[in-house]
Amino acid sequence: APAAAPAASNVPAGHQVKAPMVGTFYRAASPDAEAFASEGKKVKKGETLCIIEAMKLMNEIEAEYDGVVEEILVENATPVEYGQPLFVIRPL
Amino acid sequence: MIHKVLIANRGEIAVRIIRACKELGIETVAVYSEADRDAMHTRLADHAICIGPAQSDQSYRSIPALMSAAEVGDVDAIHPGYGFLAENPDFAEIVIESGYTWIGPSPESMRIMGDKVAAKNKMRSAGVPLVPGSDGAIKDIEEAKRIARAAGFPVIVKAAAGGGGRGMKVVHSEPALSGAVMMAQSEAATAFGDDTVYIEKFLEEPRHIEVQVLGDKHGNVVHLFERECSMQRKHQKVLEEAPSPFLDPETRERICMAGVAAAKAVDYVGAGTIEFLMNPDKSFYFIEMNTRIQVEHPVTEMITGIDLIEWQIRVAQGEPLEFTQQDLKMKGHAIECRINAEHPFKFTPSPGKVELFHAPGGRNVRVDSAVYTGYSIPPYYDSMIAKVITHARTRERCIRTMQRAIDELAVMGVTTNRELHQRLLANPGFQSGNFNIHFLERWLKQMQL
Repeated sequence: APAAAPAASNVPAGHQVKAPMVGTFYRAASPDAEAFASEGKKVKKGETLCIIEAMKLMNEIEAEYDGVVEEILVENATPVEYGQPLFVIRPL
Repeated sequence: MIHKVLIANRGEIAVRIIRACKELGIETVAVYSEADRDAMHTRLADHAICIGPAQSDQSYRSIPALMSAAEVGDVDAIHPGYGFLAENPDFAEIVIESGYTWIGPSPESMRIMGDKVAAKNKMRSAGVPLVPGSDGAIKDIEEAKRIARAAGFPVIVKAAAGGGGRGMKVVHSEPALSGAVMMAQSEAATAFGDDTVYIEKFLEEPRHIEVQVLGDKHGNVVHLFERECSMQRKHQKVLEEAPSPFLDPETRERICMAGVAAAKAVDYVGAGTIEFLMNPDKSFYFIEMNTRIQVEHPVTEMITGIDLIEWQIRVAQGEPLEFTQQDLKMKGHAIECRINAEHPFKFTPSPGKVELFHAPGGRNVRVDSAVYTGYSIPPYYDSMIAKVITHARTRERCIRTMQRAIDELAVMGVTTNRELHQRLLANPGFQSGNFNIHFLERWLKQMQL
């Protein structure tokens, strides 16, 4: 059966940031707010990259290393599975 | 009306539930851990969502992960299967409070039956026979003597905080009683931090006989007869059958109606099983109720023609039962053999890749399994890989059909307990129908000599 959301294609595994939980992916804190991480942005370890909403709770997903956001793999407000690649972030 | 169900489980029971949903025209959402990426249930469901890593606590037993998947999957209802969170009343409550239909009994009835003391009290007031003994903790030796005399020796002294066979002492006569109580108390204090003990009559050669019940949301409760589950090793069932070869019609009526009384006492909704221990003299006692569908439900389905999973779903959406007790009849005899990925006599688990899986077929054979050729059995979950079920007009013929089916079954690449079943089915003690819960372990022990 098809998965609930599409899988990422041809991304180097080491630079992938994967969803640590199943839920709905949001790029910003609210519909009008600016996205946490856009392409080309430099991020620091601990900085919020996105939100995954699960059971009405907003969970902030943080960067595990300093890097540059190269690709955003998921559309805003779409469901994501556990382990699904969300970003490609090249380490600095 | 339920249109979409999330199956909060894996393996053969997830496949079973998905099949029932398909036949009812209900959409299915499977959940899986990373270890189950290639599992059959993810392939058969309409949608599949990865919810966590291999560890059950972070996947199949994770309430946040399951509820999030329910949200993402936009389902109407959740079926918990058996094991995992199936008998967790907190999970049932969260499912209901979140606006989904829980395919199971009320959290209240789950709580009562999940608490040994509360369950016994309910059963006592419903007139369901209980093992004679103390109602609660033993206060002193005089009380212990009174209770033991009333129940009749031998008795067993049990730790209230114990379980799994620990902290239990069997006492055959009164002179040994006070010493046994003191030893049990001190062992309980050491092992469980609580020296509370109680006394029950010790049943020496009991049979495990359980009654299948089904209740709807309109107060109707029926029984679907009994199952004989005495073939156990370390409290794990190996082979089950329906009906029990031990019961006469009068005893069957008594025990099945006791099951109905037990279910009615907690306003039970859905499929449930009441477990009893029965003595050679046909007296029986309630031990516990399982507020979920059971592994061995197929043998009941074979002899009654009722699809229990279908009725769990239909009852959950408010439908009344379509049949009365009078409509339900037993036909023939059914046996189920649990095929486990383990050494047949050493019981060491054998996970790994199934190079070939060939299921038996033909008349009167049913196989419930989630295994296929090329599938890798993960080491994180239980070892049962298939259930082979046969149904025939007589018990004798049913055994022969099962023997033929087990011979046909081929599982290459992992070790299974196929040979255990072959020997057990050929055993005269099993074939005679004269056995109790000690039979299998005694027979296995004898084989090791």
